[in-house]
Amino acid sequence: MTTLINPEAPVGAPLGKSSRPRDALFAGISRGSGIVVLIVMGAIGVFLLWKALPALSANTASFLTTSPWFPDDAQPKFGIAALAFGTLLSSVIAMVIAVPVGIGVALYTAHYAPRRFAPTLGYIVDLLAAVPSIIFGLWGLQILMPNSIGLWRWLDDHFGFIPLFSNEQNIYTRSIALAAVVLAIMILPTVSAISREVFAQVPPGHIEAALALGATRWETMRTAVFPFARPGMVSAAMLGLGRALGETIAVALILSATFKINWQVTEPGGNTFAANIALKWNEAGTIGLGALIASGLVLYIITFAVNMAARLVVERRRDFSGAN
Amino acid sequence: MAKRIDVSHLNIYYSEFLAVEDVSLAVAPKAVTAFIGPSGCGKSTVLRTLNRMHEVTPGARIEGKILLDHEDIYGADIDPVNVRSTIGMVFQKPNPFPTMSIYGNVVAGIKLKKRTKRSELDDVVESSLRGANLWEEVKDRLDRPGSVLSGGQQQRLCIARAIAIQPQVLLMDEPCSALDPISTLAIEELIHELKQSYTIVIVTHNMQQAARVSDSTAFFNIAGTGKPGKLIEMNTTANIFSSPNEKATEDYISGRFG
Amino acid sequence: MAILDRTISDDDLHNLLSQRKLPRWTTLATSATAIAGSALLSFFSPVSGVAGTAVFAFLLFIVLQTGLSFAVEGKRYAIDRLATTLLLSALTAALVPLVSILLTVLIRGLNAFNASFLTSTMRNVSPRRPGGGILHALIGTLEQVTIAAAIGVPLGILAAVYLVEYGNRSRLARAISFFVDVMTGIPSIVAGLFVYTGFILTLGLQRSGLAAGIALSILMIPVVVRSTEEMLRLVPRDLREASYALGVPKYRTILRVVIPSASTGIITGAMLAVARVTGETAPLLLTTFLTQSINTNPFNGPQASLPIYVWDQIGSGTPASIDRAWAGALTLILLVMILNLSARLIARASRVK
Repeated sequence: MTTLINPEAPVGAPLGKSSRPRDALFAGISRGSGIVVLIVMGAIGVFLLWKALPALSANTASFLTTSPWFPDDAQPKFGIAALAFGTLLSSVIAMVIAVPVGIGVALYTAHYAPRRFAPTLGYIVDLLAAVPSIIFGLWGLQILMPNSIGLWRWLDDHFGFIPLFSNEQNIYTRSIALAAVVLAIMILPTVSAISREVFAQVPPGHIEAALALGATRWETMRTAVFPFARPGMVSAAMLGLGRALGETIAVALILSATFKINWQVTEPGGNTFAANIALKWNEAGTIGLGALIASGLVLYIITFAVNMAARLVVERRRDFSGAN
Repeated sequence: MAKRIDVSHLNIYYSEFLAVEDVSLAVAPKAVTAFIGPSGCGKSTVLRTLNRMHEVTPGARIEGKILLDHEDIYGADIDPVNVRSTIGMVFQKPNPFPTMSIYGNVVAGIKLKKRTKRSELDDVVESSLRGANLWEEVKDRLDRPGSVLSGGQQQRLCIARAIAIQPQVLLMDEPCSALDPISTLAIEELIHELKQSYTIVIVTHNMQQAARVSDSTAFFNIAGTGKPGKLIEMNTTANIFSSPNEKATEDYISGRFG
Repeated sequence: MAILDRTISDDDLHNLLSQRKLPRWTTLATSATAIAGSALLSFFSPVSGVAGTAVFAFLLFIVLQTGLSFAVEGKRYAIDRLATTLLLSALTAALVPLVSILLTVLIRGLNAFNASFLTSTMRNVSPRRPGGGILHALIGTLEQVTIAAAIGVPLGILAAVYLVEYGNRSRLARAISFFVDVMTGIPSIVAGLFVYTGFILTLGLQRSGLAAGIALSILMIPVVVRSTEEMLRLVPRDLREASYALGVPKYRTILRVVIPSASTGIITGAMLAVARVTGETAPLLLTTFLTQSINTNPFNGPQASLPIYVWDQIGSGTPASIDRAWAGALTLILLVMILNLSARLIARASRVK
């Protein structure tokens, strides 16, 4: 609909009193608020780096490749290798669990559940997202941990030939594996909600086309839904990953913090960037704080990159959407 | 391929709502039958019962019989999935699968049914695309996505996809509504060729198209909003357009309503 | 034009169209068999426990059903059934933890949850002994979240206004929109680190409720921007143009016409954002100090909060403290749920209008 009015042009109030300064002021405030977003994102990086520098320069060990964490010693040495290892491993395991389950739930809600129940179902799964992370930590510690010992032991007994599942200490608590399971439950609603949205957006014409060719329900999903939704599912997975990487409290409560790189995930011990910061913060000295800030900067960079990639995947697909 | 369809006392429901009432008609093999009528009269709804697409909508059902040759396609042990691969459909808005290549689109239906060797697939792709009068235009770019084609070409691709699985009948739901006149002409010529091998039922809101393309025509009408649609009259196209029996038919044909 | 012309006999046609299907009661029968079989097996090797037996029964069910379906219905339907079963299991897998968490919080929380819990503090309460309460933490959380909302909601709304009313696909607007999305993924502890390094270390702000509020506001802003943006875009263009046509300046149109008409949605979005940050613990760890007494001054001194209270009680580890932790968790979940439900009720109430 063509408009003869250009909203950008200043429109004077009826009796000639110009509102241009007020319009400009308001526009400026709005734009300023938007710019605040950009400023904050940049400022985070700047301040973290600035306050981390003293500790980084005092460090006598290699920051990126060593593991021990003694920043408040006379000769400070601290490295993030074990932190990076724990963060990545627990998050990847969490993804391996949460992505298939989340996509399954989303697909069921979007295309299998009777239409009457679908919104309720979606709402219930989204409830998981509303549970604060400290409650996940408490539940993981008190309920899941004692009840999962049987599972880890079973894995050790029957699949122990794979180093990942073997457990030499025969202690199955406070492990990365447990943390990963709790992380998986926490990121499930994220993966599920985004996937559900994409699944629901598949043009009905494509689904009809598949059905009209004589496809069973699952074959219709494979032919019409998944190919269309693939970028969205990738984005959902990456956003889930981002969430898992940054999760602090649940992991801090569950893991018994150690600074070793240990592939045997059902054994106790391990640490992540975020959990380490939470646990060491209040006892840290000046260099200690600086070291934690430095590790926080690394975490920020990693999650920033993952989130950016997740958004870019969906941006690019818009050109290929086939929604023409 | 080419079978006759006999519809007997078909009533179409959406849950409790009767959408189409008591339709009985015969579709002749190797010929084109057109369904015409004003919007909302139920012609598309009837079409979609012929390949059991209607029941995809929750709560949708029918009463009555629809026979493909002698088989009631709504019989107790008949599978709608199999019906749909035997009675193919082309839709109003061309809907090739956007992430698949042209080649992939054509073989999409075949791959569902069974594993086929690449060389056999190649043959089917060529014969289906030839059958849809699209081969010459796309033979050098079979691996490009379906979305690079024009609207008319996309629709012919959908036709190729439909005939690749060798259906008995081809249903076409306003296949040219979304197309420009030149593409429409191309499709109409194609229909003329296809009817040598298939039974075709076409729904169209364009009377002139029905007159050009079909051998028999069925006219549907609806008494008012909320009332069920009905079959008013069916006859050879020539008769329907020159000497219709019912007044409603004549009024529609001469444009007094529609 | 070479299209094969096969004619099909009547028998062939019937075979083409028909499909052997398993009877409806099959699923029930197969599950019963699987459960029975698994139970029997666990009788002989009692190692597995309830969970193990359940998992084994599930696997047995899948094998039986898929095998049966493959034999009777053929490969395509066997796969179709398997897919449906797996999807349903995914759903169950998602619901079991949810139910477990909610039930546990309720059951264990009620141990220590009572009127006195809500109205007393931890002042002079030994960690080993039961008793004490959460009032100081409740007050702290309410104040901190209010500060967060006071900062985050206006900023978020104004940023959304910029994106919708002024931005117009400009590079700045697209950059802001993109980074708002990225901002949704900031780990909450990084927000705490930012406030610590940027405000506490650099500007000399004290560790206080205010610092916590600022950190929480950073987490709120992207959520508020997104939901407000959505609501503003829903306001029909005609409304704005009618206002301009009457000579109303743009800023007044936005303030008096656009925002009010989207107000319900904006409020709902803001409340949901508040509910989101209420449970955040990590930023509070870095920006506040816990105290066991009430401090109603968020600008000065240590101030408790619900999540840190729970964290602290878990840390104490005694049975009495763990009871208090669960009760604190229950309080927290109730607060979050009240906020969520209120938001939805407001949304629904306005829709009915």
